[in-house]
Amino acid sequence: MRDTLSSTISSVTDLLLRSPAAPDVLTEQTGAAFAPVCSVEIEARALSKTFGATPIFSDVSFRLARGEATALVGANGTGKSTLLRCLMGLIPTSGGTVHLLGQQTDKATGRQMRNIRAQVGLVSQKHNLVPRLTVLSNVLHGLLGKHPGIRHWSHSLAPQFSRETAMQALERVGLADFAHRRADRLSGGQSQRVAIARAIVGAPKVLFADEPCASLDPSAGEDVMELFFQLVRDENVTVVFTSHNIEHALKYGDRLLGLAQGRIQLDATAASLSSADLRGLYD
Amino acid sequence: MTDTASPRNERARFELARFERPSAISFLGYALGLVIIFWCLAGAGFSLEKVASSPPRFADFAARAFPPNLDPQVLTRLGWKMVETLQIAVAGAVIGVILSVPVALLAAKGLIAGPLVNQIVRTGLSFIRAVPDIAWALVFVVAVGLGPFAGMLAIVIDTIGFCGRFFADDMEATDKGPAESLTATGARKLDVVACATIPGSLPAFISTSLFALEKAVRSSTILGLVGAGGIGIELKVGFDLFDYPTAMTVILMIAVVVIGIELVSGWARTKIIGEQR
Repeated sequence: MRDTLSSTISSVTDLLLRSPAAPDVLTEQTGAAFAPVCSVEIEARALSKTFGATPIFSDVSFRLARGEATALVGANGTGKSTLLRCLMGLIPTSGGTVHLLGQQTDKATGRQMRNIRAQVGLVSQKHNLVPRLTVLSNVLHGLLGKHPGIRHWSHSLAPQFSRETAMQALERVGLADFAHRRADRLSGGQSQRVAIARAIVGAPKVLFADEPCASLDPSAGEDVMELFFQLVRDENVTVVFTSHNIEHALKYGDRLLGLAQGRIQLDATAASLSSADLRGLYD
Repeated sequence: MTDTASPRNERARFELARFERPSAISFLGYALGLVIIFWCLAGAGFSLEKVASSPPRFADFAARAFPPNLDPQVLTRLGWKMVETLQIAVAGAVIGVILSVPVALLAAKGLIAGPLVNQIVRTGLSFIRAVPDIAWALVFVVAVGLGPFAGMLAIVIDTIGFCGRFFADDMEATDKGPAESLTATGARKLDVVACATIPGSLPAFISTSLFALEKAVRSSTILGLVGAGGIGIELKVGFDLFDYPTAMTVILMIAVVVIGIELVSGWARTKIIGEQR
C-alpha cells in the first residue's frame, strides 16, 4: 500500500510540476515564501492530534483563502473528521495552531470563540437535527450564535425577522412547505437539506461539511451536493468538506488536501488532478 | 504427548466438560459468598419453624379480614383518604420532576457545570436516595407539622433524588450530534442544552417521570403511618384496633389504585415513546 501511495504521490507531484497551477500551490506549501494572493480565512500550522497514545495526524499545515472550496480526502481513519473538528475548535489539538477568521482558536476566550463560530456553519454526515422539534425551529437554531437566548429556542418564541430569515433559508433549500413538520418525519435527503438551511441561515463566512452526503443514496447525495455548492458559491463562502467520493471532491472542490499516514500527502488544485491520481490515497 | 496437547483434543475436552473447573480463587469467592448469605439469614432471624407455623396464623388473619368492610360510610371515608393520597403523590411528583431538571443539568457531565460541581450534586443526590422516603416524611413532620404537606415534601425530595440522577444520566447519553452542530455555530452552552440536549432527552425524561409518579403513589400510601397524610393512617388504625376488615379494604384499595396507575403510566409511556422513531 505504501508503495502504491508513494508512486501516486510522485505521479501527482510530477503532474503538478507540469500544471500551470503548480507554482502557486507549491509556493503556498513552502511556508516562508507564501504570498497571500487573497485574504486567508483558515490557517493550520504544524497541527497534530493524538487520542491517548494513538497519533491521528501530525505536522499538518495549510492556508485556505476566502471563497475557496477545499476537499479533504483520504481513506477511513486518516483523521479527516478530526481535522475538521480541530479547525472549528470543537476538540483541542495536541500541537500546532489554527487561525480561523483571523483569530488563533486556542488563545481565544469562550466569548471570542463563540463570536468566531457565529460566522461558521457545519453540515455533518448525519444531519444532526433535533428530531422532535419542527423544521423551522431547527433552522432557527442556526441563528443562536448571533442571537443567543430563549427567543430563538423555538419558532413559537422567535421574533418576526428571525422567522423570516429562517423561512428564506428553507425556501433556498426548497423546503418552505415543510416548516412546521417535525424533523423526524423527513426523508434523509430532506433532513440534510434542513441541516444545510440551518448552516447557511446565519450567512456564515466559512462552512464545514463532514461527508454531507455519506448517509444518502447516490441520487439524493448528488442533489444535496449540487444544492450546497450552488448556495455557497454565490456568497463567496469558504468551504471545507470531507468526502470519500472522488468525483465529488474533484467536481466541487477548488483544491484538494489528501490525508494519508497521518500527514498531508497531497495538496493540489482540482483542475490539475484526475480520479486516477487520487486512488492511491484509498489503497 | 504432543497429541494430547493439540488444540483439537483441548477443544474436545472442553466440549465434554459441562462445567469448567473453578480456579482456587473462584472457589474461595463462591465459598465466601455462601458464608455471607448464611450470615445474613441468621441476622434476619430466619427460622424454618416460624415459616412452618405461619400458614395457620395467616389463615386466621384472612378469616378475620374477609369479607372486607364495604360499609358505604367507611368506603366514602377511605375514598376521600385515597384521593388525598393521590393528591400528595401527583403534587409531589410534579414539583419534584420540575425541580429535578435544573439539578440534573448541574449533575450531568460536560453540559453546563464543571466536574467538581457535577460530583458535589451527584453526591447530594446519592444522599437523598440513601434516605428512605418514610424517613424524609418523619423529618418533614417535625419541620412543618403533621398532615399531607409533610408527605408532599417527602415525595418532592424523594423524586428529586430519583429523577435528578436519571435525568442527568439521560442527558449524558443523548446523541451529541445536534449539540455539536449548534456549538459549531457559536451557540452558548445554555442554548445548546435547551435546544438540543433537553429535547433529545425528552422521551427518556417522560419515561422516568412516569416511573417517578408510580413510585410516588406507592410511597404516598404508607406515609400516613408516620402522620404525613394519606390513606396509610387508616391502615395503621385498622391494624391497631384489630379492625382487619377495614384494613383489608385499605389494602385492596391501595392495590387497585397502584395497579391502575401502573397501567395508565405504561399506556402513556408506550404512546409517547412509541411516537419516537
